[in-house]
Amino acid sequence: MSWTRYAAPQRFYPLAGRAIPWFAGLALLLAVVGLVIGLGVAPTDHQQGESYRIIFVHVPSAWMSMIIYLALAFWAAIGLIFNTRLASMLAVALAPTGAWMSFLALWTGALWGKPTWGTWWVWDARLTSELILLFLYIGFMSLHAAIDDERRADRAAALLALVGVVNVPIIYFSVQWWNTLHQGASISLTQAPSMATTMLAGMLVMTLAFWMYSIAVALARARVIILEREQGARWVRQLLGSA
Amino acid sequence: MNWGSLGEFLAMGGYGLYVWGSFGMCALVLGAECRGVAQRRKALRQRPLDDDLDERPIHEA
Repeated sequence: MSWTRYAAPQRFYPLAGRAIPWFAGLALLLAVVGLVIGLGVAPTDHQQGESYRIIFVHVPSAWMSMIIYLALAFWAAIGLIFNTRLASMLAVALAPTGAWMSFLALWTGALWGKPTWGTWWVWDARLTSELILLFLYIGFMSLHAAIDDERRADRAAALLALVGVVNVPIIYFSVQWWNTLHQGASISLTQAPSMATTMLAGMLVMTLAFWMYSIAVALARARVIILEREQGARWVRQLLGSA
Repeated sequence: MNWGSLGEFLAMGGYGLYVWGSFGMCALVLGAECRGVAQRRKALRQRPLDDDLDERPIHEA
């Protein structure tokens, strides 16, 4: 047995089905803990008051929007290089979740920007590159939907996804490369965190919750995509009850 | 805990609109996404299948 064993949609399908409840359960548990810490335990910020609590959903969604894009591009590339259907299906399954995460990052950012900067939106490097990320997700989904032949759609959308990868480091480093209204990274590998421990804990727990949610919902969507696209296969027909 | 009463908690020190607007939208979007996937799955069973049965053995998948 090798890792390629699960590259067959028929084998991946039940495996994902067994994994989803675990990821979903973890997401729920972590979200409850993260919300209790973020909304209950974490102290009021001495500069921003209570408005800073938006961080507990803003940072997780912004991180996930970038991480999901990297995962999408990774699976799209695997699908392109090794011509594996399942990898391409995973990329397609990740796209809507990534798009929603970037929408949430922008939405919560606007609601945080208004009380702290006095504006919902500025054409600043961080905000603009995150908006471009949302457009990349939408472009990926639209291009895929516009091509009838699924394998051709996979390849075309994969190329778009790979070109768009360049935007992810631009988002991440935008706060260093350009003068921007957006604050710098809250935590980094080289410096001690610039925030209270409970705030940091809440943020990390919420990020893990978003991470588990994203895996659960992307796996669930991947299973639906497998059934939609593999309807020629006997096992799918049997599953859908009309073999 | 930082909150003396439910009203204080909901007011979020005057930032209620922004804080609850953020958390609320997250709950709305993630809930809607889950429902969307469930509906897409349900729709599969109500739709007629493609006509052609593909007899490829699975190891060629």
